[in-house]
Amino acid sequence: MLDVANGHTTRHRPAAGGVVVSWPDHDAPASTGWPHRHLLDVDQLTRDELEACLDLAVEMRERRLRRETLDLLSGEVVGLAFCEPSTRTRVSFELAAEALGAQVVELPIDVSSVTKGESLVDTLRTLERTGVTTVILRHSMSGAPYLAARSVPVRIVNAGDGSHAHPTQALLDALTLRDALGSLDGRKIAIVGDIGHSRVARSNLHALTALGASVWLAGPPAWVRGFESWPGVHVADRLEDALADADAVMTLRIQLEREAGGGVPSLREYTARWGLDADRLAVAQTGAPVLHPGPTNEGVEITADLAASERSLIGTQVVNGVAMRMAVLALLAQ
Amino acid sequence: MSSFGSLGDPAATFVLRGARVIDPSTDGDAIRDLAVVDGQLADPAGAPSDAPRLDGRGLVVGPGLCDLHVHLREPGMERAETVESGARAAAHGGFTTICAMPNTEPPLDEPARVAMVLDRARNRACRVRVIAAATRGREGERITEIGELAAMGIAGVSDDGSAVASARVARGLLAYLAPLGLPLIEHAEDPALATGSVMRAGETATRLGLAGWPASAELSIVERDIALAAETGGWVHFTHLSTAGGLDAIRRAKERGIHVTCDVTPHHLALTDAWVAGWRGFAWDEPTGVGADPFGAPLDAALAYDPACRVNPPLSPRTEALALLAGVADGTIDAIATDHAPHPRERKGVEFGAAAPGMIGLETALSIGLAAVQAGSLDLGRLLAALGTRPGELIGERRTLEAGSVADLVIFDPAATWRVEASGLASASSNTPLLGMELPGVVRMTVAGGRITYRDGLDATA
Repeated sequence: MLDVANGHTTRHRPAAGGVVVSWPDHDAPASTGWPHRHLLDVDQLTRDELEACLDLAVEMRERRLRRETLDLLSGEVVGLAFCEPSTRTRVSFELAAEALGAQVVELPIDVSSVTKGESLVDTLRTLERTGVTTVILRHSMSGAPYLAARSVPVRIVNAGDGSHAHPTQALLDALTLRDALGSLDGRKIAIVGDIGHSRVARSNLHALTALGASVWLAGPPAWVRGFESWPGVHVADRLEDALADADAVMTLRIQLEREAGGGVPSLREYTARWGLDADRLAVAQTGAPVLHPGPTNEGVEITADLAASERSLIGTQVVNGVAMRMAVLALLAQ
Repeated sequence: MSSFGSLGDPAATFVLRGARVIDPSTDGDAIRDLAVVDGQLADPAGAPSDAPRLDGRGLVVGPGLCDLHVHLREPGMERAETVESGARAAAHGGFTTICAMPNTEPPLDEPARVAMVLDRARNRACRVRVIAAATRGREGERITEIGELAAMGIAGVSDDGSAVASARVARGLLAYLAPLGLPLIEHAEDPALATGSVMRAGETATRLGLAGWPASAELSIVERDIALAAETGGWVHFTHLSTAGGLDAIRRAKERGIHVTCDVTPHHLALTDAWVAGWRGFAWDEPTGVGADPFGAPLDAALAYDPACRVNPPLSPRTEALALLAGVADGTIDAIATDHAPHPRERKGVEFGAAAPGMIGLETALSIGLAAVQAGSLDLGRLLAALGTRPGELIGERRTLEAGSVADLVIFDPAATWRVEASGLASASSNTPLLGMELPGVVRMTVAGGRITYRDGLDATA
């Protein structure tokens, strides 16, 4: 393990399977151990690389607790390009980049024009010329980070694209689950809600199955159908089948406007059939933890009592979010 | 060196020696000499002694190709294509007739606008026929002045870009068209099922988090229009068919004797929905990577979500592309039509979901077809029938390679290959995911109405 007490030497550490996670400091040469320029989705990461991300995030979390000053990104300019309203993810990335010594700029993107597909590439090109080296991109359209990565010579970190992917969320969820369960190998994880429109769910399917878990999906048919042949994924007709003996349960935020699309007749019926409470969780493993990417609609997809209970890891997810984003930024900057 | 001619050029005279001449109109397929004298096909033995002799060995001669579905963007989007540039692209691809769709800005929904395009089409590198709008403003409510338009020689009517959404209007159109002998060319897409979708529903769309267009969006309009055609005696032609279900419905309707015809694009035969995820291989190739494993395989960041693959109707799953190919092979599908849809760079260099749908196809259609032939999925004679003879018949043009007819043909080298590059395309646009690919089949000469409209080499020999 890395000697976190000694922050002044360059350390190379073989992770599981031989991926070298390096931790260069300012007076040591940088390693070239991380093979990826961008983080577009977790599907690009091998299991060893996933584990390496989680390990580095653990170290980041510890160093942050000790209020250590880190300068892995000194000289870097991290641009936050949030073309869709977001507070939690943006703040988490901002704290992570600042904790690593980067200069952070918030990019003035007109949400209405970007969602019309008018100016993403132009905007990013302009920013690249002004010195931004890494762009944290949140976008309403699936695939937008791929366009950005092809068009502009900066590192792209996908902070959520449409219904497609939210890789740092999946990594922090995987870390939270690994901490709680020891390992994900052979574990049963249930995800409940609108899987079809969820970038969080998709990235979690990649990450959790890659780490050895089986994932059970439950929700209204229009929201869970289509995932049946995803390796390691099961679509349950009934919520209790997904929850039975589950080692952990994740529920997703219900987008209130989606009920109009024919997914469910009403929020009331959603809550009656798929809302999580302590009684429904009785069929899961004793004490199985509950996760939620936030922000929650308490009383809709999860009861307020359950969200505030000891089983809830919602607060831990937020803490892990900053550490994981620090780890990702540090790895990409190598 | 390649060069373009036009229909205003002097009539051609030459003798092509030793080429494989395929004429689907007579089921002819023989290696022989072929003579063109003053623009007419003639007996080579009687050709003038000073007629240029061209070496046709290794080359194939087929009927001039006929495209039932092309967007020329004039008027309104001349940066993307004009009648002139589109006609050249057609000649480069071996086409001698193209049918221009009416969804221009403004649309071709009244006689004066149709006349304007016909005027611009005079003496270009191919014949340009016009398909007029089916309803005013393509709004799906009031039908256009079809009688007057028919007298101007339109090839049919269509609100392409959308279906005629109202069954009542579609029924009225078919009834009005029936005695005129012209088709309603239907873009079969039920807006209630398809609006908001950017690719075909299925595993790839689920993987990519893109809203999916269910196959039922096509089938519901196909079934509706078949019922309306049966009732009215009208002729419905389904263009750019993209689903196996729609194909089955058409096959059954044809068996019942209902006046139904259809076409399919080269990209719906050869490309699949996995192209949106970045797979690059034809439908008849064994899929690998994300083409074989839509959920498990990592996306290729350089190719995933390529806006060049955004097209409407969206690319089909592999099994359906193969079903469509079988439909061409057995003749259920009458024609291959390109839906050549040029777009300027700024409408394609954006997020996948924001990109204008469509890809160009005039210059690659024959090559895509030849790739299917080389793979053993299609017979060469059947390909040339679907690209030339049969679509020609549907718009009242007879294509034959018999002596005495006006020469209207394509001469190509099926063994040669070429690389698709923007600089090598005659179209004003280059929006195709085939850029950079090496394709079989190089057109050496196109002859339309007895005039050489395109020529690449094929110089006279001693």
